[in-house]
Amino acid sequence: MITALIRRLVEMLFVMFGISVMVFLIFFATPGSDPAARIAGRNASQETVAQVRLDFGFDKPLPVQYGLMMKRLFVDQDLKSFVNRGQNVVPQVIEATPVTLSLVFGAAVLWVLGGLAVGVVAAAVQGSLLDKGLMVLALIGVSMPVFWFGEVMNLITQARLHDTWMFSWVPALGYKPLTTAPWEWFKTLVIPWITLAVLYIGIYGRVLRANLVEAYQEDFIRTARAKGLSPMRVMLRHALRVSLIPFITMFGLDFGVLVGGSALLTEVVFGLNGIGHLTYTALLNLDLPMILATVIYAAFFVVLANAVVDVLYIFIDPRMREA
Amino acid sequence: MANPDQPALLEVEQLKVSFATDRGRVTAINDVSFRIDEGEFVAIVGESGSGKTVSLLSILGLTDPRTTSVEGAAHFRGKPILGLKDSALRKIRGKEIAFIPQDPLTAMTPVHTIGWQIVEQIRTHQSISAAAARRRAVELLDEVGLPNPEAAFGRYPHQLSGGMRQRAVIAMALSCNPALLIADEPTTALDVTVQAQVLELLKRLRRDHGSAIVLITHDMGVVAEVADRVMVMYAGRVVERGTAREVFAAPQHPYTWGLIASIPPVDGPRPHRLPSIAGTPPTPANIPAGCGFAPRCPHRFAACDSLPPRLPRDGHGAFCHLDEATRARLAAAPETAR
Amino acid sequence: MTAAVVLLIVIILALAAPFYASTIAHTDPFRSTLTAKIVVDGKRVPVMAPSTEGLGLGVTPIGPTFQAQYFLGADTQGRDVAARLLYGGRNSLMIASASTLLCLTLATLIGVVSGFFGGTTDMLLSRFLDVLWAFPVYLLAISLSIILIAQGISIGPITIDSGSLALPIAIIGIIYVPYVARPVRGQVIALKKSEFVLASTGLGIPRWRILLFDILPNVMTTLIVFVPLMMALNIITESSLSFLSIGVQPPDASWGTIIQDGQALLYNRPVVSLAPGIAIVITVLALNILGDGVRDAFDPRSKLRPR
Repeated sequence: MITALIRRLVEMLFVMFGISVMVFLIFFATPGSDPAARIAGRNASQETVAQVRLDFGFDKPLPVQYGLMMKRLFVDQDLKSFVNRGQNVVPQVIEATPVTLSLVFGAAVLWVLGGLAVGVVAAAVQGSLLDKGLMVLALIGVSMPVFWFGEVMNLITQARLHDTWMFSWVPALGYKPLTTAPWEWFKTLVIPWITLAVLYIGIYGRVLRANLVEAYQEDFIRTARAKGLSPMRVMLRHALRVSLIPFITMFGLDFGVLVGGSALLTEVVFGLNGIGHLTYTALLNLDLPMILATVIYAAFFVVLANAVVDVLYIFIDPRMREA
Repeated sequence: MANPDQPALLEVEQLKVSFATDRGRVTAINDVSFRIDEGEFVAIVGESGSGKTVSLLSILGLTDPRTTSVEGAAHFRGKPILGLKDSALRKIRGKEIAFIPQDPLTAMTPVHTIGWQIVEQIRTHQSISAAAARRRAVELLDEVGLPNPEAAFGRYPHQLSGGMRQRAVIAMALSCNPALLIADEPTTALDVTVQAQVLELLKRLRRDHGSAIVLITHDMGVVAEVADRVMVMYAGRVVERGTAREVFAAPQHPYTWGLIASIPPVDGPRPHRLPSIAGTPPTPANIPAGCGFAPRCPHRFAACDSLPPRLPRDGHGAFCHLDEATRARLAAAPETAR
Repeated sequence: MTAAVVLLIVIILALAAPFYASTIAHTDPFRSTLTAKIVVDGKRVPVMAPSTEGLGLGVTPIGPTFQAQYFLGADTQGRDVAARLLYGGRNSLMIASASTLLCLTLATLIGVVSGFFGGTTDMLLSRFLDVLWAFPVYLLAISLSIILIAQGISIGPITIDSGSLALPIAIIGIIYVPYVARPVRGQVIALKKSEFVLASTGLGIPRWRILLFDILPNVMTTLIVFVPLMMALNIITESSLSFLSIGVQPPDASWGTIIQDGQALLYNRPVVSLAPGIAIVITVLALNILGDGVRDAFDPRSKLRPR
């Protein structure tokens, strides 16, 4: 088990290294363009570009450039945005993290509960009208672009029905910190949570239902029923318990990817200044250092989440323990 | 053996099971009646697909109600159990009638320990403390012959060998002292030596607990070793029934002849090749209208296009058109019986 | 079945875009017309009217007229939304199809080579896939597009303009490669060990024949299952990237860019954003339903198993 953990750790480091190299190559070794001009931003003067070239060592060979870049990102943490003159990039990423975490945590709670409910109920009444209805709803949830659904939610809660009793409580768009205004924090995030969760409830509900239906074909379910257990117990302690293993894997990956910045569409639509929003603004400004930082941060977070899931696996699936 | 004065442990009458399929309703079990008395060891024999497992699962309400319809009557100790509400049936399932599944690897939930699964069954049917249930589970594991039962209690199914798993499954089935044990091919997935041990175990358990046992198998050799009574099934019907002695001494149905002929001889010269029954059994969708075995039967004649007369309620009998004289003639010349 | 019909209708409508624009709506969906006037209910009204809501500042484009011209109203530049919707659909469908094709081709190439030849090749390709797979797709897309869309790309003789549709196609085609390549590789490895391939090897049939006639046809069925699901995913991805302004570049339209155009008008003229969104939901829903159907048809496990 210890060797398995160590192997996983080495693998994780390898993937992190691979990602940083890949990002580096995409950004600084794409043929036909001058990375210094890119970093300096739009309309930068010749002197700035020359300064950047010197700073980042773009006159040196690629491996040295890579080393310098990683040093600035992780050791010195003094990578600066050239668009917003001289702002350090790393502290901004750290500042944006709680916003993204708030959004993703809340949505995750909703989608896990929602996904479990949809999957279990649909599987329990498999083939019925309720099952079909739930699956159609889930499929619609999966088929909606999240940013568009967010806009529809905004249209309803911020404009069309904002003055009715239903949505008059919805505050204006934006983020309120949890520590200073917890109630406001909650209210501003409810609609974004629901928006982000809907897609995942659709995915998780469908996957869980499929897994449960498959589990019900297994012999151990017949054994459990032959033991005289109640249908509820057969479902929850046997079928669901087994189906939970892929469910948890999926959750780990999705959670990692979302915290890593894939929540950016939701953040943009609801004006939440998280990591994704940071990436988006940097994108609009062509702020290369900022994107570099957010992308690498995000990718690392995802890799870390994957590793955590693998370790969790050892605890939830006894069959993995001997590996 | 049957005592008509006392209600049978399990009495099944005219059981009919049909499935809904893409191509309409298909009858898998037709007109199956039998009775099992307290403490009896009954073997149900047949090839896979003959309906032996389905008939018992349907009685226990373990078939899928959305696709399967079950007709007929079944009484457990005189009480009707077919069509009983699931909540009422659950009080019998696992407690009075226990089921030993075929492949013990897939038959236990992989993510719970053996002990957890046994305790779960005990505590479903009896209100005893977790500690007492645990003690009982360890006792059971010891009784079925698992070495080091304390350790086995905490093992997961995949951590045990096939034979040990089968023993654990048997321990679980025994946990509520059932009056009837239904063992569905309990030895099929095991090595020959382990098979013998498991059969020994079943025989011993019947002695010690007094449970009746229904053994579902396709292996006539196993039947000869353990059963009091035998029921041969083919294409969803009981084709021959009698005590093991009667059936082995004077089998009446050509299908049973084939089954017995295919048992490898224990002593004497090894046959060049074991005789087998030509053809394959029909699927439920294409069972012929008359005798189900007719297409494969070497002795079929015109009458076989219609259903044979019903089996007698008791005693030895076969579901076959052949009369006694013909049977005697054919039995005297076994080479014509293939 | 319904899903296939719906898809067909969407495709036909999208293909009819130029016809609609020139013959029915009489409009150029790519040119801004801020001063035009049209006749509605016998009155001449400006396409861009001075705003009457709020402080009365700025202009508000005309809302849905439900007649030939400006059926769904105009966007911020006075362009006909209905015509743009059809043109956008054409681009969205085209990009989704082309990137699906690209993705499946790349993935099959990598998966088959990796699985069939094994050894160092497999090790290197698998590691590469691992890295790509750990990369969140949107961030990969952003990284690629910020480089490509800003300046275009020229490798040797090939020069791709920064506004070209080939860029979003390439980006979307690349980011999902590992999701297809991994299962393909797994299947190839399983097939390589299967009885019939071992038998072919034993008969002395050359490896390339085994690859071509035994393995590829089997991989094809997996790919067919992927097609509608990848299409659905790619339509959503395209719209998301366009919404982030790194997909289809103006003045070209796609469903995603129209939603983005409509964002500023969301509370006054919601139809500009709603219509392309609904078009996406309908199309993707149909593709997903079709995908489920195709998967069930190719996966015998999903059929009812009688005991």
